[in-house]
Amino acid sequence: MNSNIVLAVVVSAIAFGTPLVLAGLGELLAERSGVLNLGVEGMMLMGAVCAFYVSQELHWSSALVLFLAVVASMVAGAAMALIHAFLTITIRVNQIVSGLAITIFAGIIGLSSYLGEVWNIGGVAGLHQFNQVNLLGLKNLPILGPLIFNQDVFVYASWVLVVAVLYYLYRTRPGLYLRAVGENPAAADAMGINVTAYRYTHTLIGGALAGLGGAYFTLALAPIWTDGLTAGVGWIAIALVIFAFWRPDLLVLGAYLFGIFSALGPTLQTHHITALPSEFYSALPFLMTVIALAAASTSWANRRIGTPASLGIPYTREEA
Amino acid sequence: MIGPLRVERRLDTPKWLKVVVPLASLVLAAIIVGILLLATGHNPLSTYHQMYSAAITADGALSSTLVYATPLLFTGLCAAFAFRMRTWNIGGEGQLYMGAVGASATGLVLGDWPRPLVIIAMVIGGALAGMLWAEIPALLRAYLRTNEILTSLMLNYVAGFFMYYLIYDSDSYWRDLTTPGASVFPTGKTLGSHANWPGITIGSFTLPLGFVIGAALAVGLLLLIRSTRYGFEMRVMGDSPQAANYSGIRTKRKILSVMAISGGVAGVAGSSQIGDFGHVLDPRGLQQAQYGYTGIVVAALALYNPIAVVLVSLFIGGLTNAGFALEGPSFPTGLVGTMEGIILFTVLGGEILARYRISWQRRHVVAVGTGVAS
Repeated sequence: MNSNIVLAVVVSAIAFGTPLVLAGLGELLAERSGVLNLGVEGMMLMGAVCAFYVSQELHWSSALVLFLAVVASMVAGAAMALIHAFLTITIRVNQIVSGLAITIFAGIIGLSSYLGEVWNIGGVAGLHQFNQVNLLGLKNLPILGPLIFNQDVFVYASWVLVVAVLYYLYRTRPGLYLRAVGENPAAADAMGINVTAYRYTHTLIGGALAGLGGAYFTLALAPIWTDGLTAGVGWIAIALVIFAFWRPDLLVLGAYLFGIFSALGPTLQTHHITALPSEFYSALPFLMTVIALAAASTSWANRRIGTPASLGIPYTREEA
Repeated sequence: MIGPLRVERRLDTPKWLKVVVPLASLVLAAIIVGILLLATGHNPLSTYHQMYSAAITADGALSSTLVYATPLLFTGLCAAFAFRMRTWNIGGEGQLYMGAVGASATGLVLGDWPRPLVIIAMVIGGALAGMLWAEIPALLRAYLRTNEILTSLMLNYVAGFFMYYLIYDSDSYWRDLTTPGASVFPTGKTLGSHANWPGITIGSFTLPLGFVIGAALAVGLLLLIRSTRYGFEMRVMGDSPQAANYSGIRTKRKILSVMAISGGVAGVAGSSQIGDFGHVLDPRGLQQAQYGYTGIVVAALALYNPIAVVLVSLFIGGLTNAGFALEGPSFPTGLVGTMEGIILFTVLGGEILARYRISWQRRHVVAVGTGVAS
C-alpha cells in the first residue's frame, strides 16, 4: 500500500470521525450527569433531516442558510432529548427502554423518515454545503496540509469543542459539579447542587450535539437525505464513550480510529483494491466496536475505567 | 430540589387504574399522532379509518395482519424474555437474520425429506443459528462484563452484511446461480415444496404455522418464568444481581442460557420468515422489515409478559400491515415508527403514573419536611 492511499484514508477518517466526535461528546456529557441516552441514533437522524430541510427551503446567502440549518439540527436533537429527559429524570422511566423508544420514534422507520417524505426532500442533491477552508493558506503543506489545514468548519468546530469540554469538565466549577452529580447525586444534592437541573441541561446539550453530528452528514459529508443515512454511527458514538473511559481526549482518538475503519472500504474501492468483499469493510467498524468494548472490559482496563457511579439510576431524595 | 413536579410511590395501585391508564395512554397517543397528522396536512380521522380497514375489516386484511404479527411475536418474546432478567438483548434483529440463514440452509439441504421432518429441522436450524449468534454478546457479558446492549446491537449490522455477502457478493450455497436472470439480479435459491409451512385456514383467514408455534412458545416461556426454579432465579437476578450471586445462583451460566433461549426464539422468527412466507433468503426484505427492533416495542408495550406479547404482536402487526398497505403520499412510511414511538412514550409514562403519584410540589410542604429554614 503506498503512502498516497494511507494519507487518503486518514484524511477521510477525519471526515467520518467528526460526527462521532460531536455525538460522542454529547453522550459523554449526558452520561457524566448520570443519564444514559440510547436515543443518539434517532437524534442524529432528526438533526440530519431538519438541517437538510432548512438548507433546501431557505434561499438566502449560503453562510446564513447553513448557520440556520445547523441551529435547526441542534434544536431538533435537543427536542428529542427533552422527551428522554422528561421520561427518565422526572417520571423515572427506565433509561434503556426510553432511549430505545426514542431511536424507534425518530429513527429509520420513524419521524425522521416521515418528515423527509412530508417535506419531499429525499434523494435530491443539497443546495448548500460546508466546503473545505484553506486555513491560514497552508493547505498545500505536505501531509499536514490536507490533514489539518484543509478541513471544513464542522471539523474545526469539533476541535474547539473538544478543548472546551475538557476545560469545562476539569477546570470549571460547573464541570466539577457535573462530575459530582454523576458520581454521587445525593452528596451533590446535599451540597446544594440542583441535580435535576444538571441532568436536564446536559441531556439537552447531549441531544443538541447528536443533532449537530447528524447535520454533518447532510451538510458536509454527502449533502443528500435518505432514510436512516447515519447507519449506526449513533450507536458507535455511545460505545465510544465507554471505551474512551468517559474522557473527551481519548474520545477524539477513538473517533478518528473508527473514522479509519469506516474510511478504509470506500477509499480502497476508489483505488480499485478489492481483495476482500465490500461487506467486510462495511461490517468492520461494527466488528471493531465489539472487540474494543470487550477489550475495555478486561480487568486491566476495568481498574482505569471511569464509569459515573450513578449512570442509569434515577435520583430522588426520598429513595437515595 | 427536584423541581416543581413531585413523584411519590403509591402504597398500592387501585385496580381501576391498571385498566384505565393503558387505555388513556392509547387515547393520548392517538391524539398526539392526530395533531402531527393535522400539522402535516393530513386528516387524522380518515387516516385512522383507513388504517382500521386495512388492518382488520378489508378483504384478506386479517390474514396479512397475521403475516406481520408472526415475526413480531417471536422477536417480542425474544426481547421480553431477556429483558425480564434485565439482560438487554437488542440483537433480535441480527439473530432473526442468522435464523433465516440457518433455516434456509437446513431447508435446502433436506429438500425432499418428508415435510414434517423438514419443518422440524428448519425450526431447529433457525433456533440454533440464532442461539449461536446471541452467545457472542452473552459470553462477553458473562465473562468480561461487556455491555450487552451495544455488542448485541453491533452484531445486528454484522449479520446484515453477512446476509448481503451470501446473496449479492459470493457464490454461496444460498445463492441461485442456475437461472440466467439470477446472474443479473442476484437472488437466493428457492426452497423446495416440502419446506413450505402449511397455514391453518379458519373461515376467511389463514393462521400461519409460525404464529401457532410462537403462541405455544409464549405459554412455555410464561410457565418457565412464573412456576419454575429457573424463572425464580431469573427474577432474582433481574432485581439484584448481587443477591443472586450471594445466594449461590450461577449467574454466568444463567446469562448464557437466557441469551440462548432469547436468541433461539428470534432465530425461529427467521425460520418462519423462510418457511411460512418467503421461501428464499432475501436480505433486503428482511432488513427493511426491521422486525427485530419492532419486537422491542412489542415487548415493552407488553410489559415483558409473554402472553401479553401475543396480543401486542397482533396490535403492532396490524399497525405495520396498515403501514405497508397504505404506503403512499397520504401515508408516509415513517408514520408507523412514529406512532409506535408515541404509543411507547405514553404507555411507559402511564405505567409509571399508575405506580406513582405525581403532584405539584407546594412550598409549605418543603418547609415542614426540611425543618427550620435558615
